[in-house]
Amino acid sequence: MSHPLIQIKNLYKSFGDTEVLKDVSIDINRGEVVSIIGPSGSGKTTLLRCINVLTKYDKGSIKIDNVEIGYASDDEKNRKERSEYQLSEFRSELGMVFQLFYLFPHLTALENVMLGLRKVRKLSKVKAADQAKYWLQRVGLTEKINSLPSEMSGGQQQRVGIARAVAMDPKVLLLDEITSALDPELVGEVLEVVQKLVEDGMTMIIVTHEMSFASDVSNRIVFMDEGKIEIDGTPSEIFDSKNERLNTFLARIKK
Amino acid sequence: MEAALSSLPYLMDGLLVTLQVTLLVVVFATIIGVILGVGISYGPLWLRILVRIFSDFIRGIPVLVLIFFVYYGLPAIGINMETFTAAVVALSIFKISHVIENTRGAIQSVHHGQMEAGKAIGLKFHERLIYIIFPIALRRFLPPWINSVADTAKGSALVSLIGVVDLMLAMQKVIGRTYEAMPVYIVGLIIYFIINYCLSLSSRKLEAKYAFIKE
Amino acid sequence: MDYHFNFSYIWRHFDRLFYGLVLSLELALVSIAIGMIIGLLLALVYVESGKSIRFFVASYVELIRNSPLLLLVYLIFYGIPSIGWFQYSATTSFIVTLSIYSGAYLVEVFRSGLAAVPEGLIDAGKAIGMKPWQRLISIRIPTMFRIVLPALSNTYISLFKDTSIASVIAVPELMYGAQWINFNTFRIIEVYAVITPMYLVTGYVILLSLRQVEKKFAINK
Repeated sequence: MSHPLIQIKNLYKSFGDTEVLKDVSIDINRGEVVSIIGPSGSGKTTLLRCINVLTKYDKGSIKIDNVEIGYASDDEKNRKERSEYQLSEFRSELGMVFQLFYLFPHLTALENVMLGLRKVRKLSKVKAADQAKYWLQRVGLTEKINSLPSEMSGGQQQRVGIARAVAMDPKVLLLDEITSALDPELVGEVLEVVQKLVEDGMTMIIVTHEMSFASDVSNRIVFMDEGKIEIDGTPSEIFDSKNERLNTFLARIKK
Repeated sequence: MEAALSSLPYLMDGLLVTLQVTLLVVVFATIIGVILGVGISYGPLWLRILVRIFSDFIRGIPVLVLIFFVYYGLPAIGINMETFTAAVVALSIFKISHVIENTRGAIQSVHHGQMEAGKAIGLKFHERLIYIIFPIALRRFLPPWINSVADTAKGSALVSLIGVVDLMLAMQKVIGRTYEAMPVYIVGLIIYFIINYCLSLSSRKLEAKYAFIKE
Repeated sequence: MDYHFNFSYIWRHFDRLFYGLVLSLELALVSIAIGMIIGLLLALVYVESGKSIRFFVASYVELIRNSPLLLLVYLIFYGIPSIGWFQYSATTSFIVTLSIYSGAYLVEVFRSGLAAVPEGLIDAGKAIGMKPWQRLISIRIPTMFRIVLPALSNTYISLFKDTSIASVIAVPELMYGAQWINFNTFRIIEVYAVITPMYLVTGYVILLSLRQVEKKFAINK
């Protein structure tokens, strides 16, 4: 496989009059763990959401495994948006974990993880249940498999969210500030799970504020500001960097 | 008091009519109302506007106006119905407007985040509708719906005014014969109370049971 | 369709409709005023009392809320005089009925409104040494009113529509006026064509004006 797993070229996105992504280009290779950091409004979450087209991108290209995901042709001048139906195929190969978890409230943890396996992967009930149980066990929630989201703590809910995404065996995992909505003492249990997934070799794009965690697990850290990628480098390169905006940002976070 | 009690069978016949009217209205209006409610949530703009206008119109006038218009007014332009039919039609139109609002509210209450989570794992639109929206919306739909069933039972009392021999009119007739107004009214009150109290109690119980849906 | 429209009959008797509308608005207004007093008193009693009193208040509320308004109207207008208690005019009896009716609904509105007053405000009152009844009058009740303003406007519009039931005991409000014109001129379609917009427009105007008031005073969570 000679091409990067994800190829983003010259990406632009505006919401109304506000340009949120300005000419963003980046490649992500299989097995890499890339953290995206930056101030709010820098476009990091928007970038992430464009990758699985939960947010449609206006100009530019996003290719997953060499196939353009948002549009049905490579020719940028006259391309048609992919329909929701087509997109669902693509999305099943990508996994996303959300800041506010968004677990299905009427389903137990087990059923939450099983839903995709049954309906999208078309597994039998027994097989889906087995896989779901496996992943819930890997995130440390065996005793909660029959609990509803309302009966779990934030950390537990988020771990179910991770299991739900990973059980689908995605090519890449997209993590959108998954610890930002958690009480401090619950953050650790979630980060532990992410660490395990890194050790398993999962390709990940992590939007986060957790600086020390980012530098621990990532191969690369990308700093975004005002819709552009300012720096893209290894953790040590980032922290030794002389980039002004980056250092201002880091200083503000330390406080 | 004795005269009132001995007329109980006659009142029971009236009660039967009340229940028939209520049941027909509930079934009819719920089916149509839910369909239109889904239409107003997902349908094309012209449909949404049309249903909205209909709903606001019906809810802006008193039920009595609707009942009288259907029974007295429509014959003037050639649509004749007997009392029972007119009663069911009028009450159904009224309840449909409430079911539409109820359905719309239930569907909207499904947080868009859960829809996105459904998209993220690759579920198609109809799959998201069946496995995510429908189960959650149903639980949000039921408690207010049960309340509106109770409202229909209460509203059915008005059909006595166009001559449907429901519990209300049966009471009037008994009073006309026996001149014992108060005991008959009290008996009627108790009957209506029992029906509606049971309904509103189950509505509250359901709401408490499904409170976890409200995230 | 052989119907020939003729609105002149309606305009000739329009005063019945117009003054009927005015009466409807007045009936609703008086009833909600009395209903608010009943509702507020009972809500306060409920909040501050023990199980047995709460039971009585809850019984009143449940009994009224689960009964058809028409039945209550008859009961109070025909039933009560028949056991010799009172004699009163149709209008008075309807106001009594509608007040009791709205009072029952408003108890719940006020009760949850009081519960929704933020603890912090009450604590602030305690901190400056206010006594319980002072906190009630100066903090809790005013705040509660701002919270329940939307529910109050909905209730008023509801009551306005319910005044149509007064027509069955010959109170000369809007619906009765319509019936009168109906029976005397047989201009059925025209009558409904006129009173329907009257109800709709009036309701809408009330809604808009109350919404303006809400914008200034209401607290939105």
